[in-house]
Amino acid sequence: MYNFDFVKPSTVEEAVAALADDEAQPLSGGQTLIPTMKQRLNAPETLVSLLGIEALKGVTVGGDRVTIGAATTHATVAREVAEAYPALAALAGNIGDPAVRNRGTIGGSLANNDPAACYPAAALASGATVVTNRREIPADEYFEGMFATALEEGEIITRVTFPIPEAAAYVKFEQPASRFALAGVFVAKFAGGVRVAITGASEEGVFRWSEAEEALSGNFSAGAVSALSLDADGMMADLHGSAEYRAHLAKVLTGRAVTAAG
Amino acid sequence: MKVTMHVNGRQVSGEAEGRTLLSAFLREELGLTGTHIGCDTSQCGACTVHVDGKQVKSCTMFAAEAEGAEVTTIEGMANADGSLSAIQQAFQDYHGLQCGFCTPGMVMAAAALLEEIPQPTEAQIRHHLDGNICRCTGYHNIVKAIQAASGQPVAVAAE
Ligand SMILES: Cc1cc2nc3c(=O)[nH]c(=O)nc-3n(C[C@H](O)[C@H](O)[C@H](O)COP(=O)(O)OP(=O)(O)OC[C@H]3O[C@@H](n4cnc5c(N)ncnc54)[C@H](O)[C@@H]3O)c2cc1C
Ligand code: FES
Ligand code: FES
Repeated sequence: MYNFDFVKPSTVEEAVAALADDEAQPLSGGQTLIPTMKQRLNAPETLVSLLGIEALKGVTVGGDRVTIGAATTHATVAREVAEAYPALAALAGNIGDPAVRNRGTIGGSLANNDPAACYPAAALASGATVVTNRREIPADEYFEGMFATALEEGEIITRVTFPIPEAAAYVKFEQPASRFALAGVFVAKFAGGVRVAITGASEEGVFRWSEAEEALSGNFSAGAVSALSLDADGMMADLHGSAEYRAHLAKVLTGRAVTAAG
Repeated sequence: MKVTMHVNGRQVSGEAEGRTLLSAFLREELGLTGTHIGCDTSQCGACTVHVDGKQVKSCTMFAAEAEGAEVTTIEGMANADGSLSAIQQAFQDYHGLQCGFCTPGMVMAAAALLEEIPQPTEAQIRHHLDGNICRCTGYHNIVKAIQAASGQPVAVAAE
């Protein structure tokens, strides 16, 4: 790993000022960034740790929404959101392993937008809002493909707000070595309709399956999606699964998520 | 830069670069080589330590991030009189190790689990060990050791 300067500001303003430098990058839990720096895929000159900023941490539940600070760990979300939004808490509690959950954060996961990550599916299916130091970005406009997001240079996520659905579930088929999703489906049922987000499957990263959303909005049961099929075109193919396999898996998991949501 | 932290109850300071991993700081700067490096790619859990009471992979955290923290390593696990802690003794009694390479990480993971759930089920133990890889034991005896350490009956007695 190339060397860098380490700074740990205690306010968002100080962090943003430090990140004005082109060669500086935010460090949250480091569970993605440190491995990529070891591989020299990433070599910032300055790392700006966000974990010293109390304003970026914690969970608040208010009425019909949950707001989570960007630097809140997966372990904290698993614990503190369990009552307000159990499907989201369960998702957080099944990311990686206990050590990853004690360091990794929601902001880091959404900023990274790994095509097989869990949180992007929750954010997209819930219709969450990603709040940054500059603006509020609806999830539908935030995810822009594999590892790509609407975030600009020097912009950091400060918190994420999730509307709480009437019923929801996330079902992940784990790639057993990495524990990332070989495919994962988050289904969320709101008064106004159902949203379905699929991760791990597409070359474009997380996406909404609108055909299933339509079918489920009329009839919220696993049977409503059993006759549908996802196009294998554009699905990821690797040694863990072909494009056809992933398309089929995502469909099956959608049915299971609907059943689990009840 | 100079980094200062409490390791196994003792205040220690040492030199670190920005890129110095906590695992390297413990092993090379402090000489605490009980923390093992199995993969250095965040997969195996051999490097597991506790930072402020929480289980982390010390190869996936910078030493500078532990400034001021309370760090516990396998060297801090034995009882004050030097005898093995209940978890360590159970690993020995139930053959929870063969080569022993994964054992420091397993013991640290087990200690974190029992702190959170004093009497975990077998499923909870296995879920908690997701990030700790053992190439020797096949895990069954590790699970039994943790059940025994938590004071629960163990299905099949150790031979
Ligand atoms: C063994 C292992 C298993 C894993 N399993 C899973 C899994 O099952 N599912 C899953 O979803 N993930 C998994 N992960 C990834 C994990 O969830 C990471 O924690 C997460 O992807 C990144 O969060 P972080 O806080 O560690 O971010 P970091 O690694 O610190 O940062 C990641 C990226 O985001 C940027 N960044 C960080 N915070 C912000 C912010 N607030 N604003 C803007 N940019 C920011 C950084 O500059 C960097 O580019 C796993 C990781 C490991 C090591
Ligand atoms: S050495 Fe840290 S996880 Fe393997
Ligand atoms: S005892 Fe050899 S790796 Fe676990």
